[in-house]
Amino acid sequence: MSAPLKPSSLETLPRPSGLAGFAADWASDQRAFKNVSWGKAMMWIFLLSDTFVFGCFLIAYMSARMSTAVPWPNPSEVFALEIGGVHVPLILIAIMTFVLISSSGTMAMAVNYGYRRDRRKTAALMLITALFGATFVGMQAFEWSKLIAEGVRPWGNPWGAAQFGSTFFMITGFHGTHVTIGVIFLLIIARKVWRGDFDTERRGFFTSRKGHYEIVEITGLYWHFVDLVWVFIFAFFYLW
Amino acid sequence: MAPVEAHAAQQQHHPIKLYLLVWGLLFVLSAFSYMVDYLGLEGYLRWSLILIFMMLKAGLIVAVFMHMAWERLALIYTILLPPLLVLVFVALMVSESNYVLLTRLLFFGAAP
Repeated sequence: MSAPLKPSSLETLPRPSGLAGFAADWASDQRAFKNVSWGKAMMWIFLLSDTFVFGCFLIAYMSARMSTAVPWPNPSEVFALEIGGVHVPLILIAIMTFVLISSSGTMAMAVNYGYRRDRRKTAALMLITALFGATFVGMQAFEWSKLIAEGVRPWGNPWGAAQFGSTFFMITGFHGTHVTIGVIFLLIIARKVWRGDFDTERRGFFTSRKGHYEIVEITGLYWHFVDLVWVFIFAFFYLW
Repeated sequence: MAPVEAHAAQQQHHPIKLYLLVWGLLFVLSAFSYMVDYLGLEGYLRWSLILIFMMLKAGLIVAVFMHMAWERLALIYTILLPPLLVLVFVALMVSESNYVLLTRLLFFGAAP
């Protein structure tokens, strides 16, 4: 067996375009992902598995909602707020959506400045992203306390089908956990960027390997995924 | 420069303008989805609008923010095709849910 080729030599490998090229990349005895580092590929594969986790949650919610003979509580009313005496439906969820989208925007720009090796801007944008994420979690905590105070429990609620509470806490709880982990992840990487670890090639305390600015993009992939999941939760749980 | 970084560096260099544009589009699309609820649209119009805005937002995030549009087909297909199988699962559970609802109505009356 010949030694595996280095990625740099593989990138120039000529490939037919379209499906034939895809099949050639996936043929045996070679790296399938030519110009994608292992870190990025593994984050993508992790995100794929996470897609299935959230897919299962949303399907469980769909089954519960479709199979109950009791009317489903109207999310538009459940998540309405009184602001200055005005009754606004779903407003908190809309604000949370905008906060999360803004965090995705700042994250995308952080990745961009990371590849330009602009240490300060990258770290600052990552910190802003983390701040947006923390705001989102804070608003979610407010939403949970409000609903719990109103009598929503995993086994029942005052407005209708009992499954509303269990699916709500399960889905938003799991998503909120992802956001929280993302904030921690962002803070750790932002600290490394700020310290200049990827310019001085300082070795990581755990892996003892040199880091690269690519980790900013990998962190970004995770963060955008969190936003992506929210798009689906917003559509299926809150708007449907 | 390590090969890993050399690749990444030459790959994902896009103008900031592009990100700002997508950011703006996501804001507008989110506002539209919120308006669907605010205006109280009902039935198939509501559901189709929700799905359209959802897919547009998801597409923009994956394609531009996650850089999927510039990746090789080998990675794109690996990541984007398997989730389609979830739709099979959805179809199975739709059928199952209808059956459960039917039995609930048949054997427990209107309320379970």
